[in-house]
Amino acid sequence: MSAHTDIDAIHGDGHEHEHDDGIGHVSLKGYAIGFVLAVILTAIPFWLVMSGGFKNSSTTALVVLGFAAVQIVVHMIYFLHMNTKSEGGWNMLALIFTAVLVLITLSGSIWVMYHLNHNMMPAMMHDMQNLP
Amino acid sequence: MLRATSTAPVTKMSDHPDLAKLIFGRLTWDAIPFHEPILLYTFIAVALGGIVTLGAITYFRLWGYLWREWFTSIDHKKIGIMYMVLGLVMLLRGFADAIMMRLQQAVAFGDATGYLPPHHYDQIFTAHGVIMIFFVAMPIVTGLMNYIVPLQIGARDVAFPFLNNFSFWMTTSGAVLVMMSLFVGEFARTGWLAYPPLSGIAASPDVGVDYYIWALQIAGVGTLLSGINLLVTIIKMRAPGMKLMQMPVFTWTALCTNVLIVAAFPVLTAVLALLSLDRYVGTHMFTNELGGNAMMYVNLIWIWGHPEVYILILPMFGVFSEVVSTFSRKRLFGYTSMVYASIVITVLAYLVWLHHFFTMGSGASVNSFFGITTMIISIPTGAKIFNWLFTMYRGRITFELPMMWTVAFMVTFAIGGMTGVLLAVPPADFSLHNSLFLIAHFHNVIIGGVLFGAFAAINFWFPKAFGFKLDPFWGKCSFWLWVVGFYFAFMPLYVLGLMGVTRRLSHFEDPSLQIWFQIAAFGAVLIALGIACMLIQFVVSFRRRESLRDHSGDPWNGRTLEWSTSSPPPDYNFAFTPRVHDADAWWQMKQHDYRRPTNGFLAIHMPKNTGAGIILAGISTVLGFTLIWQMWLLAGLSFAALLAVAIGHTFNYKRDYYIPAEEVARVEAARTELLASHV
Amino acid sequence: MSAVAHESLQFHLETEHHPQNGTLLGFWLYLMSDCLIFACMFAVYGVLGRSYAGGPTGAELFELPLVALNTSLLLLSSITYGFAMLEMHRNRQRATLIWLAMTGLLGAGFIGIELYEFTHLIADGAGPQRSAFLSSFFTLVGTHGLHVSCGIIWLITLMVQVSKKGLIAENKRRLWCLSMFWHFLDVVWIGVFSFVYLMGVLP
Repeated sequence: MSAHTDIDAIHGDGHEHEHDDGIGHVSLKGYAIGFVLAVILTAIPFWLVMSGGFKNSSTTALVVLGFAAVQIVVHMIYFLHMNTKSEGGWNMLALIFTAVLVLITLSGSIWVMYHLNHNMMPAMMHDMQNLP
Repeated sequence: MLRATSTAPVTKMSDHPDLAKLIFGRLTWDAIPFHEPILLYTFIAVALGGIVTLGAITYFRLWGYLWREWFTSIDHKKIGIMYMVLGLVMLLRGFADAIMMRLQQAVAFGDATGYLPPHHYDQIFTAHGVIMIFFVAMPIVTGLMNYIVPLQIGARDVAFPFLNNFSFWMTTSGAVLVMMSLFVGEFARTGWLAYPPLSGIAASPDVGVDYYIWALQIAGVGTLLSGINLLVTIIKMRAPGMKLMQMPVFTWTALCTNVLIVAAFPVLTAVLALLSLDRYVGTHMFTNELGGNAMMYVNLIWIWGHPEVYILILPMFGVFSEVVSTFSRKRLFGYTSMVYASIVITVLAYLVWLHHFFTMGSGASVNSFFGITTMIISIPTGAKIFNWLFTMYRGRITFELPMMWTVAFMVTFAIGGMTGVLLAVPPADFSLHNSLFLIAHFHNVIIGGVLFGAFAAINFWFPKAFGFKLDPFWGKCSFWLWVVGFYFAFMPLYVLGLMGVTRRLSHFEDPSLQIWFQIAAFGAVLIALGIACMLIQFVVSFRRRESLRDHSGDPWNGRTLEWSTSSPPPDYNFAFTPRVHDADAWWQMKQHDYRRPTNGFLAIHMPKNTGAGIILAGISTVLGFTLIWQMWLLAGLSFAALLAVAIGHTFNYKRDYYIPAEEVARVEAARTELLASHV
Repeated sequence: MSAVAHESLQFHLETEHHPQNGTLLGFWLYLMSDCLIFACMFAVYGVLGRSYAGGPTGAELFELPLVALNTSLLLLSSITYGFAMLEMHRNRQRATLIWLAMTGLLGAGFIGIELYEFTHLIADGAGPQRSAFLSSFFTLVGTHGLHVSCGIIWLITLMVQVSKKGLIAENKRRLWCLSMFWHFLDVVWIGVFSFVYLMGVLP
């Protein structure tokens, strides 16, 4: 086992004191691409919904959510400068873990609560929204 | 402001009701419980004790010392010790609640109503749960991680030393609010998770639930920040050469626990904020009318609540791993599987929350999903137990106190784990839900796991923190009283639960049950003696400290880096940053006849003490108190003050200093001399 | 370990060890925890968002042109913050401050419009106490607005600190943290306008 090389590899990035404060690289081009994409990805769903949308409103909802998901990725890459390398990959790992938890919290809660309503007041499901 | 105003007319505080209301909100003389003799005597005792303590501190001129060396300290070791002190002090309060409940339940049968009215009893069980989880278990866990982790990874301090101090004081601030509720107003009567609609404004218009909300919110800030702090510490500040798979197991479990803290506590913050909106603003998220759904609160709070139990137990798994390998004189069996088991537990912790409310009424598919995930999570836990057993197998075991606690843990926790798997079966849970069987189960894992782990850790690392061992005789007394007391106190509850007795009752009709409650009360008395022995152990150890002194810094023939430095470690922990080649770094250094360097010392860069943390937390306490009593004027002022001090603190750019090389050389030379004189 | 390693292993550094600064990672972790607070608010809205209790629905209340205006303000403030960061990298203090001020103004505009919307709703009897739908709506959107307001206070503080101390390393790090906070709020807003407003007006 080459203990020395490991040490040097790890120690190497520890030496850059003040310079290495983890601030990423930014460029005008990156912000411009991000902004244009964000405008397009915002405008389309707004236009879609304001012009009446598809016949089936769940299709519209899915399309809106799809655009939102893509736009979130765009913002992450171009504005938040996410990549697999920053902070030794820990940023990305934290983001993926959080995304999974957000998904669990959202879909889990909605699933569980839908099931509850379905089981506990099946007859009222349709009138639920108008219940005082 | 939708809240019904206080029933008592404002007369004593001022002659101008409007002004008085603006300043004092709902607070009137009626809030002081003069009419409850138990509380009054407690208050008098606490007040006398407090005056004596404060007087003693003043008399011995300790204020300056405490302020400079402890309260404003950003040294992770001192903060760790302060967390432990907070946890142990609150343990006394939480246990006082426990023994009051055991006594009440042992006598309140038939015509006898016991000595606690239901109104008071309900506050006691709520306070007991809240205190034991948030202000005993959490501070002890955080304190241990704070003290041990930087030493184990060869760091000088944590990543954000000021935040560490601030976190501690915010946790303390929450504890202070809970203690205040004892004498000013009342505490919640809702159970430790404050389910609505009972905790809603309609059913609980008093200040109890508000004390609960603000105590937990303020302490929660501290917990979250300390979680982020320790995560960054472990990720960024490991000694050169220490790869992830070479971290000591305790550090690994601390990493997992802090991931859980950062990813779970926001949920608690959010759900308590929603509950306070329901109470203060009049929204309808968890109410029974206008479309609200109380079960959504239960759903959300358990998304925090289940990870929380792993937050408590995972670091203790780390403690047991360190203790077992040290006292078996063997490398830990299955290091890799131990690490992966911790990671799997961390992820699975988020997929089991519904097992806390199987009876809510979701259908079979939901219940079976969460039942199965719950059973799966017991597999990595079981793997850990086997790893500890295999570490002990053919090891040269010495039964010092930490090892005794570990063995007691393995037996007790296995029982608790098995009853847990039983509860994970939804049909079984339908008959056992909210019964004393459940109470027995979670005390079985929390006392048998977390508290036994804490005691193992205290006995194990005490010599590191103070330079002398704890007295073994009183430690053994405490051990046997605790373990035997535990079984007497909680095994009867399993029986009662199977017979269908539900939790949180202050009075029973069926006299045939009484004997079981009396056995449980006897167990609680044994535990009380165990706690007394522990306190005696501290005092005796302090008085006999010269004969218990450890000069080597390595009293147990340890394996990880914290044992390589002196006891107690110097401010800077390590004169030279260690280089690591193995998971048992210090063990390997000893195998290679490592010699401490005695010259070539350098100046060491350290963070400076600051009073900002305690001041900010102090203002937060005032803010919390004024929000509870709806003293809007003071609340606004204290909020503005909080903001001003926080922003003002960011204008302080000079937060560090250097320990000069001569000072380091002097400290290290003193240790060299000490080591030479005690070979 | 082999016998060869026995000879060559070093067990301590003889020079001073400087661990990497952890502020940005720590702040990112804080943002992730904040993200989970929002996830809870979204979950509550997801569960209660159609519990109108006989009161007004999203289709009746939401004015999409106003939301579109608000969205564009926030998006513009993201790009102006980006320009501030570009100037910061070029060490141009004045230009950095100007772009930061622009960002702050756009943020204030966003808050202004949101307050206008809220007061309008409350005046129309569609306040947070009307139904579970409105409670969860006000909570979610209000929490986002509260974050933006905190961001503005922080931005002003940083502008003062940059003018006093210049673009020193600490201030650059702080500006970078605030930029992550600001862009993060923009990401949350994507969720809000899609999940709450756009999907809320669908039948």
